[in-house]
This record gives sequence, C-alpha cells and structure tokens, in this order.
Amino acid sequence: MAKLESSLKNMFLSLTLITLGASALLAGGYVLTKEPIEKADRAKEENAIKEVLPDKNAEVLEKVEITLENKADPFIVYPSVKDGKFAGAAVQTYSTEGYGGRLDIMVGFDTDGTIVNYAVLKANETPGLGAKVTDWFKNDSKKTADIRGKNPATTKVSVSKDGGDIDAITASTITSRAFLQSVQLAYEAFQKMQTTKK
Amino acid sequence: MKKLKIIFNGIIKENPTLVLLLGMCPTLATTTSAINGMGMGLCTTFVLICSNVVISAIKNIVPDNVRIPVFIVVIASFVTLLELFMKAYIQSLYEALGLYIPLIVVNCIILARAESFACKNNMFDSMLDGIGMGIGFTLALTVLGALREIFGNGSIFNYKFIGDNDGILVFVLAPGAFIVLGYLIALVNLIRKKK
Repeated sequence: MAKLESSLKNMFLSLTLITLGASALLAGGYVLTKEPIEKADRAKEENAIKEVLPDKNAEVLEKVEITLENKADPFIVYPSVKDGKFAGAAVQTYSTEGYGGRLDIMVGFDTDGTIVNYAVLKANETPGLGAKVTDWFKNDSKKTADIRGKNPATTKVSVSKDGGDIDAITASTITSRAFLQSVQLAYEAFQKMQTTKK
Repeated sequence: MKKLKIIFNGIIKENPTLVLLLGMCPTLATTTSAINGMGMGLCTTFVLICSNVVISAIKNIVPDNVRIPVFIVVIASFVTLLELFMKAYIQSLYEALGLYIPLIVVNCIILARAESFACKNNMFDSMLDGIGMGIGFTLALTVLGALREIFGNGSIFNYKFIGDNDGILVFVLAPGAFIVLGYLIALVNLIRKKK
C-alpha cells in the first residue's frame, strides 16, 4: 500500500480515524481500571487508619469532618469503637508549610488524646533530609524525637528550637515545624470532635 | 544476526541516555534510587515498544504533514493507559515516580524513535528497536540510580549496608544526578573510543 499523500481530505480522515481509535482505547482502559483504582485508594487509606489506631481490631466509624479556624480544608476524623466504647480516633491532618509544599498526615489518638502513631500519606520533602519525616518521629532509639505516647495536653508539640519538647529532623527544621504543626492541629480537631459529640 | 544488531544498537552504540543524550529530564529527576530508576526505565520501555509497533503499523495511512500530531496522540494514549494501570495495581511505584509518568509523553527518545525508525521500518524491526532502546534506557537509569543510592544513602535496591546518616547527601539531590551522569558518560565514551 502506497503512502497517502497530504491532501486535506486524507489528513482529515486519518487524524479522525486515529484519534477515534485512541479514545476508544482510553475509554476501555478507564473502565477496566476504575474499580481497582478506587479499591487501591481505599485500601491505602484504611491501612493508614489501622496503623495509627490504638486498637487494630476496633471498628472504624463513619468519618467526621472538622473545620478549624483559619484553616481552609477540613480535618477528617475517623473515630473507632471497641465493644460499644469509644476507642480512640485517627485524624487525617495536613500542613501547607512543608519545604516541598503540602504534607498529608494521619495521626492516631488514644481516648485521652495521647498520640498513638502516625503515618505520612503524602509528602514532597527533600530526599535524604525532610523525607525522613516518615520515620523520624516514631524512632525507638531517639526518645526526644518520638511523638508516640506523648499527649499534646502536657507536651509542647513543637521543635525544641521554638521552645517545644520535640527534637527536629537534623537540618530540616521547616519540615519538622510543618509536621508538628499538623499534629497539633490534628489534636485540636480531635478535641473539637469529642466536645461536639458530647 | 541483523535483528540482534537492532537490539544491541540501542544498548551500547546508540544508548539513548549515555550516547544520544535524549530524555535527560526523567533521567536526572527520577534516579534518586535504583528501584525508581528501573521503574522509570521499564515504564518508558513499555511505551516505547507499544508506540513503535503502532506507529510502524499505521505509517502508510498517515499523511506526512500530520504525522507529528498522530505520533503524539499514539504516545499520549499509551502513557495514559500505563498511568491508569499503575495507579490501579502498583500504586507505590506510581507515587514514587509521580509527575514523571505523564511526562513520558514528551520524552524525546520516544518521539525520536518514532520519527527516525518506526515510520521507516516494518513492525517487527520497530518492536526490536523499541526493546533495544528501552533496555538501554532502563540500564542507564538503573546504574545511575544505583550509584546515587549507594553514595547518597548507603543502600542498594533499599538494602542498606551502611548505617544511618552516613551517605553523601549531594548524590541524592539534583547536583548529584549531574555529577554521576557526567562520569558515566565519560566512562562510556572511553569504552567506545577503545573499540
């Protein structure tokens, strides 16, 4: 078959045909992957919630959206119950003041507000420096930087440079500040959720 | 033998990254670790093979004057498909590579191979060219990522062999990419000259 010459009709037909084919292919791909993508997203969120809750077997209740003053986006609280009793909550929190922009973090609280654990959902920090945020604040060998088991009511959740009680990541004060700020906000959202419930 | 030559052409003689110096943007940005470099290489390989085959198949029904838009549509479709499937099944890699997956569309290796090889050769040869170029790109990115991970983080493929905080940080950051790439290109040039 000879190559088509570049007449208007040929160009029009060939482009139409090929873009049609491409859209059909994409539509097919979209339909095929729609459900698995949703499932993967949900699984990731559920894993993060399970990871930070005090009791892994507790039932996670319907999420509650809490808005705080001066904060644009709501904080999402996932309360959990075990044997009919409140068993802590996971709070999806964020800070827009990270070194690489927004940080999305899931923090788990005990019934009295003690931090159980945290998981970084989304961060865009410098590799090797701020990116250490995923593990830095839950390190067993460095108690002064570990936020687990601390209660924001009695511990000052901010970096020691700013007069707080938590050691910042070496050479990443901005990331640490953003992270701890988001933890503090999560605690506030957690408290607000409890007061509104009662 | 001639078929094998098409494959090896992409791996050494015309290695897209180290000899042709194409696709520098993903090369420099995603090779912070060996696994990321390899992931990026494999994604690009997939798109390269598919687009080479399809472009070679439709080359006769595409008039010359509209060939570039057609190539872009074909390449962009495969990249979008890849993105959807990665999001569904290998989310961790998708998140590590992030923005660079959609950017495969503008990776000049793919368009260059479409233009200089696939639209002149038959489907089988185009596929081989895609495989060869893809392997060459993947190898280069994996080596680059591995070196940066070894020097910068003291680990390879996430297997740590030096303790915490002992890496040379600059290798993980952007300047390290340029430094390692420069030495790699020098090394490859040395080997090619000797032949």
